Amino acid sequence: MSDTHAHSVAFVRETAIPPAPPPATEAGVIGWMRQNLFATWANALLTVVAIYFVYLLLTGTLPWILGGLWNTDSLAECREILQGKNAACFSVLTERWNQLLFGFKYPDEFYWRPGIAFILLFLAAAPVLFFDLPRKLLLFTAIYPFLAFWLIWGGTVWNPVFAALGFIAGYVVFDLYGKQNFAAGFFGGIVAAFVVWFLAGYIVPAIAPEQPVLEAVQSRDMGGFMLNMILGVVCVSLSLPLGIALALGRQSSMPLIKWICVVFIEFIRGVPLITLLFVANVVLAYFLPPGTTFDLILRVIIMITMFASAYIAEVIRGGLAALPKGQYEAADSLGLDYAQAMRLIVLPQALKISIPGIVNVSVGLFKDTTLVSIITMFDLVGMIRGPILASTEWNGVYWELFSFAAVLFFITCYGISQYSQWLERRLTTDHR
Amino acid sequence: MKKSVFLGALTVAGLAAGAAAAGTLDDVKARGKLNCGVTTGLVGFAAPDANGVWQGFDVGVCRAVAAAVLGDANAVEFVPTTGKTRFTALASGEIDMLARNTTWTFSRDVDLKFEFVGINYYDGQGFMVPKSLGVSSAKELDGATVCIQTGTTTELNLADFFRKNNISYEPVPVETNAEGQQQYLAGACDTYTTDASGLAATRAAFENPGDHVILPEIVSKEPLGPLVRHGDNEWGDVVRWTLNALIAAEELGITSANVSEMSMAAGSSPEVNRLLGTEGNLGEMLGLSADWAKNAVMAGGNYGELFEKNIGENTPIGLARGLNAQWTDGGLLYSPPFR
Amino acid sequence: MTALTDPPRESFRLSMLINDKRYRSLTFQAIALILLISVFAYLGSNLMANLAAAGLNISYSFLGDPAGYDINQTLIPYDSQSPHLQAAWVGILNTLLVAVLACVSATILGVFAGVLRLSNNWLVRKLMSGYVEIFRNIPVLIWILIIYGIITVSLPGARVYLGEDPQRELVLGMFAFTNRGIYVPAPIWGPGSMIVVGTFFVSIAAMFAYRSYAKKLLFNTGKLLPMGWPSLVILIVPTILVFFVMGQPITLDMPDPLANRFNLRGGIQIGAPLIALWLALSVYTGAFIAENVRAGILAVSKGQTEAAAALGLRPGRIMNLVVLPQALRVIIPPLISQYLNITKNSSLAIAVGYADITATLGGITLNQTGRAIECVLLLMLFYLVISLSISAVMNVYNNAMKLKER
Repeated sequence: MSDTHAHSVAFVRETAIPPAPPPATEAGVIGWMRQNLFATWANALLTVVAIYFVYLLLTGTLPWILGGLWNTDSLAECREILQGKNAACFSVLTERWNQLLFGFKYPDEFYWRPGIAFILLFLAAAPVLFFDLPRKLLLFTAIYPFLAFWLIWGGTVWNPVFAALGFIAGYVVFDLYGKQNFAAGFFGGIVAAFVVWFLAGYIVPAIAPEQPVLEAVQSRDMGGFMLNMILGVVCVSLSLPLGIALALGRQSSMPLIKWICVVFIEFIRGVPLITLLFVANVVLAYFLPPGTTFDLILRVIIMITMFASAYIAEVIRGGLAALPKGQYEAADSLGLDYAQAMRLIVLPQALKISIPGIVNVSVGLFKDTTLVSIITMFDLVGMIRGPILASTEWNGVYWELFSFAAVLFFITCYGISQYSQWLERRLTTDHR
Repeated sequence: MKKSVFLGALTVAGLAAGAAAAGTLDDVKARGKLNCGVTTGLVGFAAPDANGVWQGFDVGVCRAVAAAVLGDANAVEFVPTTGKTRFTALASGEIDMLARNTTWTFSRDVDLKFEFVGINYYDGQGFMVPKSLGVSSAKELDGATVCIQTGTTTELNLADFFRKNNISYEPVPVETNAEGQQQYLAGACDTYTTDASGLAATRAAFENPGDHVILPEIVSKEPLGPLVRHGDNEWGDVVRWTLNALIAAEELGITSANVSEMSMAAGSSPEVNRLLGTEGNLGEMLGLSADWAKNAVMAGGNYGELFEKNIGENTPIGLARGLNAQWTDGGLLYSPPFR
Repeated sequence: MTALTDPPRESFRLSMLINDKRYRSLTFQAIALILLISVFAYLGSNLMANLAAAGLNISYSFLGDPAGYDINQTLIPYDSQSPHLQAAWVGILNTLLVAVLACVSATILGVFAGVLRLSNNWLVRKLMSGYVEIFRNIPVLIWILIIYGIITVSLPGARVYLGEDPQRELVLGMFAFTNRGIYVPAPIWGPGSMIVVGTFFVSIAAMFAYRSYAKKLLFNTGKLLPMGWPSLVILIVPTILVFFVMGQPITLDMPDPLANRFNLRGGIQIGAPLIALWLALSVYTGAFIAENVRAGILAVSKGQTEAAAALGLRPGRIMNLVVLPQALRVIIPPLISQYLNITKNSSLAIAVGYADITATLGGITLNQTGRAIECVLLLMLFYLVISLSISAVMNVYNNAMKLKER
């Protein structure tokens, strides 16, 4: 059969054809472009429009950026050199670099101090952000707030030391009594901490050296991007525990506590941050004992912390609600009391679910720290709108300064949101 | 029952704290620093320079008070305030005095409970327009768009002026002087209005100051002066007489150059002697050291020197003395006698 | 037996307040109540002492005094002799105006960008994610200032349009783009214009009636009536007919370049601050809405699309009839909270001098009267009312849209 067949046809291929490369229109750059840019007529049109838009954007901005001058002393000088060319005067950034970063009053011989605090911030944040790092590093995270305070504000080292001692005393007391009775340990710890701080109020002035190692800097002298960082980091860290407490309070079975928490959260979330800053700025003073004043920066921190904690509370409430009811019931059936159930079973899981939400709130909060410029604090935006634009040398430089601020915020916020997305991917356990 | 007792106790505690708060003068001495409210930045009156050191005419007044009280012209904490925050800052005690080109008005004095201790600059609201517009009087501004700093008396004066002359305008409120400049230079408003001194300071910062004119009309009285809280007369006296000392020093020919020499020994003029503490005990009456006025003058010079150095004709701002000349030169500055 | 059923009657001991579950919550609540009252009492007594020391009092009578300042953009009659209360109303209406405008445009922009982010065109996808990331990660205050700056610097002053021989002609003879704002013609409602407007509303009703009739016909008989052009015709044609029959009662008031030497007169001026704020809030919030829309569309499981395709639906109908209704359930709650954010962020108007409630009541009125506590309280109250109403709407919607489980 095969023979006859072989004779009846002129040609029979007896070996397989080696696989040919796909046609040029389907592979490589061209294929990719066909699929991703010119799949249909409408798509191709869209691509052309998009390319034209990008072209406009680049031709509009690139010459301006690339032709920019970096080393003139004033806008007039810069404009003279440019002779009407459309290019940037970035020299305002080089000339006012320190003012943009640190404000105009922070003593320039101490710029290294916030610098170190900034670098250490990464070290302190690392174990919180990345679970794989050794847990021992958390010790440094615990020390960091006191260290950073000492570095940035300076003054006697005993202030932060005693502040830390208060926390340690509180923790020790809590550790001793908290095991049997959570409430006793909790309130005992708070009392112990306050006792230490109260005593420190007498001890510190006595033992503080005349000339501290790091000279004290007034908090009124903080400014520039440093102020945004300080406000952002401090308020986010403080609002976390407060937010957890509020979220738990809102879920509480005690009507009074629940009612207080609901009113607080809804009130704060219902008003814009700027009105709260007005309160810090113009109203809060009326509610303090006559004759006392405290720093504007502290008042602002209190207000922003309250603001952030309400939002974080809502995020954590979402996390608590997302936990299956079985978890609560399992904890109850093990005979754990409320504090134990929360501490050991519920909160670790709920917090884990809430982390992306918390990071989003933090990014939003960090962006909102620019609002302090409206109440005459000289943060990055405040520095630009105030002292720099008002100065005779740089009167009229807008784009360079605002682009710089935008870039700085973009880098920070984009970085944090990328982290949040990475974390979200990691925490997703289902394989979709 | 229990609650009311508790409330009562709290109220008593609050009142006690209020009563215990000492006078401002003692506070300042104890603190070793004067907290002085200034603007957020108006070149010539109060603005930080490239090194972050505050300079200006109002700043000079703050430094003089610090020198008179504490003997150190640099013992001042400058607290930048806006039109919105200045009064609360003063009322709440965040600042001890406010030297922020603030207009002395009835309601601020009486209703807001502040005490203006004097006038350090006689000003009035004016208009600046581009020369190319060809406007020669503010009454020709019918229908114009006017840039105006919010939170100041200029806002009210502007409304009154246009209402009185029965012409219309479009206000464009701006928050800071720098934003006002931006809007004005870009042509987003036809005219910029604020105190004439501020206009001069703003125009001086322009690339081509000659392209802009300040219209002749001064539409309001703006007596600018430092102010303190109502009720603390001791402290009010200190600030008032420090300002008067600066004015009197110019009248009597005491300058920062010759003040050390003149205060070495009693001279021939009894008023100079009383002022500089070589005769009498004026300083003691104020609760200050005998050489308080000398220190105040040493800080930045007498009134005339402060004026010339910060806003005078040889500075970019280039203001003439005008109403702010000594009464002997036809101006309004007239210090009560030191006696 | 009785010994087993009746718990031992203990006498009340003090330690039970903290150890006994029955009393513990009462103890805690009592402590909380005492703390709350003492905090308020403390703050209140401080306030009283401070006010007494400063010789001030809390009073709202200033709201009736003449405001004394002028506002450039008002929706209701206002002049400098109007009371502060009227200025506050002007501010409230301005806040609502910019909030509503920004909500509409942010939604359009956000849906557009969100859908395009899922496009299969690589370049468009990347451009849209670039837009979302850039606008989400830079503070809105900076955007407001930048856009205001762009308007001020890049658009010409009003004077180029003025005079007998202007440097620029009005666009289409009716629009002017200046750095003071955009001038558009204003309609003048002549006699009979109400009939035209009435016709228009009747047409709208007729259009919906036609559409529901077409739908019913489709479901009942399977006959597909055209939807698009007939509804357009129903909407427009009668109104235009009536307009001409009535003798063109609605005329336009054009911006007039000759009436004034400083500004265009006539027409409606949309001020630059309003435009800057509106644009900034739209593009900023639009980026967030785009993310919500994308998440909503992705949340509809692929099986739904495939099932619809298996039924033979065309892609457009799959989107309209299957995916979007389900995606909306996910999109709308965050969308409403974005609207809330727009309303709250509109308070940044103060940075560009737009006369919203924060700038009038919380700004100029506060400055001129020095009544800080009263003004800030009223300001907060206003925002609270707005927020709570929006939340109430959201709750109603959520309840209506909740998946009904059997």
